[in-house]
Amino acid sequence: MSRELFEYLLRLGDDRLVLGHRLSEWCGHAPILEEDIALANVALDCIGQATQLLALAGEIEGAGRDADALAFFRGPTEFRSCLLVEQPNGDFAQTIARQVLYDAAGANVLEQLARSSEPRLASIAAHAAIEVRYHLRHAREWWQRLGLGTEESHRRLQRALDELWPFTHELVTPDALDRTLAAAGIGADLDQTRAHFERELDELIRSAKLRQPTTPAFPAVGGRHGKHGEHLDHLLSEMQSVARAHPGAQW
Amino acid sequence: MTNAERERRFQERIDAGQKIEPKDWMPEAYRNQLVRMISQHAHSETVGQLPEGNWITRAPSLRRKLGLLAKVQDEAGHGLYLYAAAETLGISREELVHALHEGHAKYSSIFNYPTLTWADIGAIGWLVDGAAILNQTMLTKCSYGPYARAMVRICKEERFHERQGYEIMRALAQGTPAQRAMAQDALDRWWWPTLMMFGPPDEASVHNDTLMAWGVKQKSNDELRQWFVDLAVPQAQALPLVIPDPELRFDEATSHWRTGPIDWDEFWRVVRGGGICNRERLRARREADEEGRWVREAAEAYTAKRRR
Amino acid sequence: MGARGRRGVHRKASAVKRKATPAATPDTQWPLWEVFVQEKSGAPHEHAGSVHAPDAELALQNARDAYARRGPVTSLWVVEARHISATTPEDSPFLLGPGPEKLYRHPRFYKGAKE
Repeated sequence: MSRELFEYLLRLGDDRLVLGHRLSEWCGHAPILEEDIALANVALDCIGQATQLLALAGEIEGAGRDADALAFFRGPTEFRSCLLVEQPNGDFAQTIARQVLYDAAGANVLEQLARSSEPRLASIAAHAAIEVRYHLRHAREWWQRLGLGTEESHRRLQRALDELWPFTHELVTPDALDRTLAAAGIGADLDQTRAHFERELDELIRSAKLRQPTTPAFPAVGGRHGKHGEHLDHLLSEMQSVARAHPGAQW
Repeated sequence: MTNAERERRFQERIDAGQKIEPKDWMPEAYRNQLVRMISQHAHSETVGQLPEGNWITRAPSLRRKLGLLAKVQDEAGHGLYLYAAAETLGISREELVHALHEGHAKYSSIFNYPTLTWADIGAIGWLVDGAAILNQTMLTKCSYGPYARAMVRICKEERFHERQGYEIMRALAQGTPAQRAMAQDALDRWWWPTLMMFGPPDEASVHNDTLMAWGVKQKSNDELRQWFVDLAVPQAQALPLVIPDPELRFDEATSHWRTGPIDWDEFWRVVRGGGICNRERLRARREADEEGRWVREAAEAYTAKRRR
Repeated sequence: MGARGRRGVHRKASAVKRKATPAATPDTQWPLWEVFVQEKSGAPHEHAGSVHAPDAELALQNARDAYARRGPVTSLWVVEARHISATTPEDSPFLLGPGPEKLYRHPRFYKGAKE
C-alpha cells in the first residue's frame, strides 16, 4: 500500500508543483498590476501545497528523499503530473481556462481527500481545499468576464476551452491506482469527481455562452504514468537547472 | 489670501511637523515634485518584479522558490500602494503608466542591471532592499500624508526581503567553493550600483535642498549612503565576503567606513538609458500592457453590459 | 526568450492585429476603489489604501490579495472612489468639535442619577 500511496501523492504534488511553476511565469507580465498579485497568490498556494504533498510522499517512500529531492532530482519520466498543467500559459484566456478546468475537478478531489483515512493527507487536503475554493472563485470571475466581455475575449476563451478540453479526461477518469486507493478510503473517487466536474462545466459553458467542446476520439493521457509531451522536459530543465548544477549543496 | 500668504502658512505647517493631505493647498512645485518622486518609486517596484522574477523559475529549493515568489508579489503590491498615493495628487494611473512606457518617466536604475546567477537574488535582497529600507524608513516621516502612510506599510513588509537576501548570501558564502565564488561574483557586480542608488552626491543633486525644506526628505543622499555603508560593511565581513573596494577603510576619527571613489560616469550612463537592461525592462512592461489590453477591455465591457 | 518561453506556442495569436472597433474605448487601468479593513470582529473598518478594478467583485478580490495577505482580517469594504463625499479644508473650523461655549454637549455638564 505504501508504494501505491507514494505514487498517488506524487500525482497530487507534481500537479501542483508544475501548475504553480507555470503561474509564477506571469510575474511582471500580467495584464494589470492587480493580476500580477492575484496570479502570484495562486502560484504560492500551489507550490506550498506541492511542498507538503511531496514531503509526505518522501516520508511514505522511506528512502530518505525529501520534497526538494523529489522536486529537483527526478526527470520527466518520473513525474506523475497530468498533461493539463504542463501546457504553456498561452494568453490570459488559456491560463484562466486551464485554472478553471483543473480546479473544477481539483476542488472536488480535495474535498474528498479531506476525509481520507490517511490523516496527514486529510489535513493537507482540508487546508488546500479552502485555498482552491478561492482560486476557483478568481478563475470563474474571469471566465465570466472573458466569455461575456468582448467579441475578442469570447473568441480567445472559446479557443482555449477547445484546445484544453482533451486534457480533462485524465483529471476525471480513474485508473487502477485510483480505484485501489479509493476502495481503501485513502484516495478520491474520480467517478464522483467526474459527475461534479461535468455539472460545473455545463453551467460555466452555458453561462458564458460558449460552445460545448467536442469530445476527442483519443483523449490526451499519459502524465500519470510518466508519459509526457515535450513541454515538461523544458519546464523541468529550467526549474531544476541551478539545483542540479550543485548537487548536494544547501541553499 | 495671497499666494505668498498661502506659501508662508504651508511652510509653517511643514516646519511644525504637520502632514499635508490631498485636499490641502500646496505649491504647484511641491505637488509636481511629489508626483515625480512617488511615481518613480511606484515604477521602480513594478519594474523591479522583472530582474527577480527572472529567477523564480530556477530557484534551487522549494523554500527559496516560495520566498522569492512572495517577495516579487510584495513588490507588485508596493507598486500598487505607491500608484495609489500618487493618484491622490490628481493624476491617473493611466497617465503614469503611459509616461513610463513612452520613456518619459524614470525608475530606479538599479533594475537596469541583469540578474546573472542565483546569487544575484541574494545580493539584491541584502543590498538593494537593504538600501531601500533606509530610504523608506526616512520617508515614513515625509510631509505628504499618503506617501508617508504607504511607506509605513511598505517598511513592515520590506524587512523580510532583506533578511531573506542575507540568508541566501550566507548559505552561499558558507557553502561549496562554487557557491562561494557565485556569491563573491554577485557582490562584486552589485556593490557599486547599490551605492549609486542613493543618487548623485549632495553637491550635484538638483532637488535635494528643496525636498529637505519641504520635509519630503529628512536626510541627504550622502547621509543615507554613509548610513548604508556603515551597516553593510560589517554584514559583508560576517558572511564572509570581500567588498570590491581596495580603498575601503575605517576612519577612526569619525567612526565611519570610507569608500573609494564612485564611478559617476557609469551612474549617468545607466540613468540616461545606457544600462544593459534598460531597453529590456521597458519592452517587457510595454508588452505586458499591450498584450493585456484586450483583457482589461473585456472586464470593462462586461461591467458596462451589466449596468444596462 | 523563444517560443518555448512564457507565452509558449500561442505567442503568435496575440501578435495578430485586432481590427479597429468603431468608437474604441480608451485604454484604462480601471476605476479606482478605496479599501477599508476590519481586523477583528467589533473593531471599526479602517482605510487601508486603494485598488483598481472594473467592478465590485474584482475590487473585493483585489483588495483581499493586496491588503489581507498578512495579519488577521475579518471584513473588507470596497467603494468606488468617486462615490466618496468628503469635507474640504475650508470646512475644518466647523469640524473642530464643541468649543468651551458648548458645554451642554459634554456628559460632565450634567449630574448623573447617583451624584
